[in-house]
Amino acid sequence: MSMHILQAGPLTTVQDRGRFGYMEYGITASGVMDTLAYTQLVSLLANEPDAAVLEMTLMGAELVFEEDVCAAYTGADMQAVYDGNIPVERGRVYRIEKGHRLRFGMAKNGVRAYFAIAGTIEVPSVMGSRSTNLKCGLGGFKGRKLQNGDAIPIRVREFSEAEQKRLLKKTVSQMDYEREKTVRVILGPQKEMFTEEGVRTFLETPYTVSVESDRMGIRLEGKKVLAEGNTDIISDGIVFGSVQITTAGLPIVMMADHQTTGGYAKIATVIQEDLPILAQAGPGDQIRFAQADLKKLQKHSPGSFLRMLFGGR
Amino acid sequence: MSSLRICPVGDQAVLCEFDNVIDVQTNDRVQYLAAQIRAAHPKGVTEVLPTYRSLLIFYDQGKTTYQKLLPVIKKFSAAQTAETQEKKRIRIVPCHYGGEEGPDLGEMSRELGRSEAEIIQIHQSVDYKIYMLGFLPGFVYLGGLDERIHMPRLSIPRTKIPARSVGIGGSQTGVYPMDSPGGWRLIGRTPLSFYDQTNDPPVLCHAGEYIRFVSVTEQEYALIRQDVKNKVYQPEFA
Repeated sequence: MSMHILQAGPLTTVQDRGRFGYMEYGITASGVMDTLAYTQLVSLLANEPDAAVLEMTLMGAELVFEEDVCAAYTGADMQAVYDGNIPVERGRVYRIEKGHRLRFGMAKNGVRAYFAIAGTIEVPSVMGSRSTNLKCGLGGFKGRKLQNGDAIPIRVREFSEAEQKRLLKKTVSQMDYEREKTVRVILGPQKEMFTEEGVRTFLETPYTVSVESDRMGIRLEGKKVLAEGNTDIISDGIVFGSVQITTAGLPIVMMADHQTTGGYAKIATVIQEDLPILAQAGPGDQIRFAQADLKKLQKHSPGSFLRMLFGGR
Repeated sequence: MSSLRICPVGDQAVLCEFDNVIDVQTNDRVQYLAAQIRAAHPKGVTEVLPTYRSLLIFYDQGKTTYQKLLPVIKKFSAAQTAETQEKKRIRIVPCHYGGEEGPDLGEMSRELGRSEAEIIQIHQSVDYKIYMLGFLPGFVYLGGLDERIHMPRLSIPRTKIPARSVGIGGSQTGVYPMDSPGGWRLIGRTPLSFYDQTNDPPVLCHAGEYIRFVSVTEQEYALIRQDVKNKVYQPEFA
């Protein structure tokens, strides 16, 4: 049983929560860029919490199925249409009949949309994950982005009529993504390499998302962050959310496909809860960084962030 | 005694930074702390990432906090002395130097004014420490290349370097774990797979180990390669 990709769109990949535990071997986690939209989608469909989904970027895919499925999408608004003229909203479960087309268009709000069926995408798990690592040609569907004509194996979850009825009534509210956003950061680990004025510039002036942003990093344009001297460091570890300052003085926020190590100084790190904001930031959007206090963030017993993500499960 | 600075990396990791240098002693301390954390796996710690002079410790905010991990990490780092270094583990890496596998060896010989045999001998004579892995899966950052065979990178990088090529770039030597673009001078190829996603673990080497290159003939290369492919090759250590 397959899901046929009639039109793949510019960058559609199979992703899940990520491939963890291999950073020390030089293998980055990959996984979805927007963990919030992802978590909403898998819980909406009552799929496994680490289920595989499609991540579509800027422009969506056109899909057709070999059997009836229940499906939904979250994240960016890609003006989806079923059967040629029936609008499909984000955050709602629909029944898609076999042979009838589901078409995603341009993202008109946000950048990345997530699509899944109630069931599973049957690509092999590699090192414990179904995420596509594009640079290494690893995981996902044949280690690459989807192409027109691909047939992706899927398995529809079986459920009773009552269950299906309940599923089709479910909704989850979806965000309106602002064009001006603020993300919270913890300063460091190499904040000391920048002048006081440089750190002030970073925290007080808005930056514009560059068209060169991708799954590896969100590149920003704006006022230069001044450093004490050379900001090359002896290469050290990078995390999803590290804010590097390039030799040109401009910030890059490292995202899901970041390299595991790097030699640019990192002025700050975006907190995990705010990474989905960046995942939905498109070219021209404005980003401001605000300093957060780690002690206060982690004051409320461990688990507060996860409870928020999983809705109290 | 070395310095140690501990600081948060956002709300997901702790960075432990030793002296700001690339040397064996400093990296030994990093590897030692990494081994301690792996063995103890403190509650909430999800993975560790050792690099030249620092260790990144990832944690699950749902299970622990930065403040809770601090005393645990400090306890391990305090227990560290010069004598706690583990015994060297030296992995033998067969290499077929020159020929089609090492297309830049001839040019290097001309530029350095040393015979190919001499370059091979110098390259084999050092046990290289693996300071860290990064850049590509299984790519090893090695220390210790003899200054006599330092060599600038190619001015125009190759668009595709075959997996397992052994090269020299500036003051570094190493092995391309997979087909990749790159600017290093290629001097040979190893039959060993530094990265193979069907293996568990998917990489051959680990940070903290040493590597010794040993010259093999084309024939030996082919035999070892066959064994590696059939997954019957037995790794050798000095």
